[in-house]
Amino acid sequence: MKKQILFLALLTSLVVRAQQPVVNGSFQLDAQAYVTDAAIGITDSALAGQRSGFNGFGNVVINWGDFRAGMRYEAFLPPLRGFDPRLEGNGFANVWLNYRTDFAEITAGNFYEQFGSGLLFRAYEEWSLGFDNSLNGLKLQVYPTKGVVLKGVYGSQRYFWQPYTRNSRGLVRGLDADFNLNELIPERENAPWRLSLGMSGLSKYQRDADPIYVLPENVGGWAGRFTAGWGNFILAGEYATKINDPGAVNNFIYREGRAALASLSYATRGFGAVLQLKRVDNMGFKSDRTQLGNALDINFIPPLNRIHAYSLTGKYPYATQVNGEMGLQLQLNYKIPRNSLLGGKYGTSVAINFSQVNDIVRQPVNDTTPIGQDGSEGYKSKFFAVSDHVFFRDLNVEIDKRFSSRLKGVFQYMNLHYDIATLQGHAGEEAVEAHIGLADLTYRIDTRKTIRMEAQLLLTKQDLGDWAALMAEYTIAPKWFVSVSDQYNFGNPDNAMRKHFYTVAAGTNRGATRLALSAGRQAEGVVCVGGVCRQVPASSGLTLTFSTSF
Amino acid sequence: MKQLFGFLLMILAFHAQAQQSLPSVNLKNLGGKTINTADIAKTGKPVILSFWAMWCKPCLKELEAFNENYAAWKAETGVEIVAVSIDDSRSVSRISPFVKSSGWEFEVLLDPNGEFKRAMNVNMIPHTFLLDAGGNIVSQHTSYVEGAEFELFEKVKKLAGKKK
Repeated sequence: MKKQILFLALLTSLVVRAQQPVVNGSFQLDAQAYVTDAAIGITDSALAGQRSGFNGFGNVVINWGDFRAGMRYEAFLPPLRGFDPRLEGNGFANVWLNYRTDFAEITAGNFYEQFGSGLLFRAYEEWSLGFDNSLNGLKLQVYPTKGVVLKGVYGSQRYFWQPYTRNSRGLVRGLDADFNLNELIPERENAPWRLSLGMSGLSKYQRDADPIYVLPENVGGWAGRFTAGWGNFILAGEYATKINDPGAVNNFIYREGRAALASLSYATRGFGAVLQLKRVDNMGFKSDRTQLGNALDINFIPPLNRIHAYSLTGKYPYATQVNGEMGLQLQLNYKIPRNSLLGGKYGTSVAINFSQVNDIVRQPVNDTTPIGQDGSEGYKSKFFAVSDHVFFRDLNVEIDKRFSSRLKGVFQYMNLHYDIATLQGHAGEEAVEAHIGLADLTYRIDTRKTIRMEAQLLLTKQDLGDWAALMAEYTIAPKWFVSVSDQYNFGNPDNAMRKHFYTVAAGTNRGATRLALSAGRQAEGVVCVGGVCRQVPASSGLTLTFSTSF
Repeated sequence: MKQLFGFLLMILAFHAQAQQSLPSVNLKNLGGKTINTADIAKTGKPVILSFWAMWCKPCLKELEAFNENYAAWKAETGVEIVAVSIDDSRSVSRISPFVKSSGWEFEVLLDPNGEFKRAMNVNMIPHTFLLDAGGNIVSQHTSYVEGAEFELFEKVKKLAGKKK
């Protein structure tokens, strides 16, 4: 508290003395009032006394010459249902000061950073999911010559509202170097090929206080990456490894971790294709080895499947299995030209996306130790061997078509295989096989008024059975919107649970300010933003969202 | 509570001074070239700067609407469009094939760790800024509904006219 007042005073004095400080910031608040709704299982005891939830934050960034400083205030009073209850509270989650010249940049306080694609290190936040693993400490970036970036980070990770005290969790320190050869070698600036290389090293320190095992107190990891381009082709790869890191995530095995990503893409006007491959083996990495769940993650293993933007295509989202998975993803984009037979007057876009993720193959380390036995090496695994166990498969085809100057539509078909036992912990349940189809039609009444209709259908015999969803939205550009929607679980195997989840919503946009109000029922499900997902409970009530930037 | 009070006081004190120009962050474009964001505003033309992601349907609709009009808008006002993707490593390698196949003619920058996004206080996408020829932010909006692009272009025309 004292520190923060001191910081405020320092900032204020800096700003007062400065010639032209430039200030910008943002606010957001999400508030919900809950009501009981016995039909969908929301009783007094399920609400446990929580009649409302409130998530809010305010950000201010001050730019003053080569200095930048920022603060982030957060309040969860209490957090909305579905968010981690450990978020409850309020205060300054982030305070930072940054000094930058053309040669170097130093940041003190809370910061976000990422090495390569994040296999070894990624500090980031996702407000809408309540996720924040920012580092509190020091960050140094150096730009010694054109085409070279060197980074160093040192600090402790955010853990809800718990301040770091000695040995309360691990310390994270890392180095990264990035070389862009075309920029580094002046005569290759406009060469037909493009090549960049990068490498990083990172270690966490956490004291060993375990009564049974001798645990490594320093866990080191390394990663290397490259991107090579020639003509319309780009080939990229990244490999990361870390030493033994027994912890709750991997059941305290001493096996080393590794992860590999590769992608090959081809892009030209009207056509694009990309193939991505990945293998992950024992690569969970947290700064507290006792942790499970969405906290204190040091790295980020990207799930390679497509993120869906509609409610039913997004109903069964994939989450990375850090203990082991092998996956591939293929995306094809084709724009059928205007005035051709299939393209019509306005052209038509077709996107095909396929992704599949399987388990890796594990073999026992010897005849007497079961696979994954704590305190042992855990298992052996051949790099290229793929298990028959399919975690996830998604084949989808999307067509975007404009019919006239007023009418256009998006049509999608998706075929899904979803191992709900592994991915959502529903032990013993059969994997979900689903067909999903949707149409999203937009009709422009005049230059400002538009009607949009969404119809979606999800057919499955497993889990909760079939769903249908309808939505109608009326907008007056650029300020107003009103919508009604319903999700109907008409195929639920339990007749009594064939419920409607209806919502009405309205809102307004004024520049960068948005105010929206909705009322109705929310179906239980997973909300995913930017590749991180959160389980939200079924709820009923009123929701208010306000956000602004200035 | 005291903290919040101090914080609100500060915001009140500075609210009058809206953000003027772009912060300096190094991003890569689809060709792998490093672009400093402060340079986006140095074209001497009005600039539309839009934050988007592959998973954001309204963003794609807005950029598609921009692209349909880009040639005409550019001819009339000289306006430049820059689209900043905030996709993380999950989808970053899928952007170039998507953008090129869609025939988007404007510059696309990659901000996989959200550094530029945070510096610009972008919380919800789409979030689109309009800069004048001097690089000052003259307006911004979040979300996209059909037809909003025409009102934006009216503002661009005003800016282009003012310069002459």
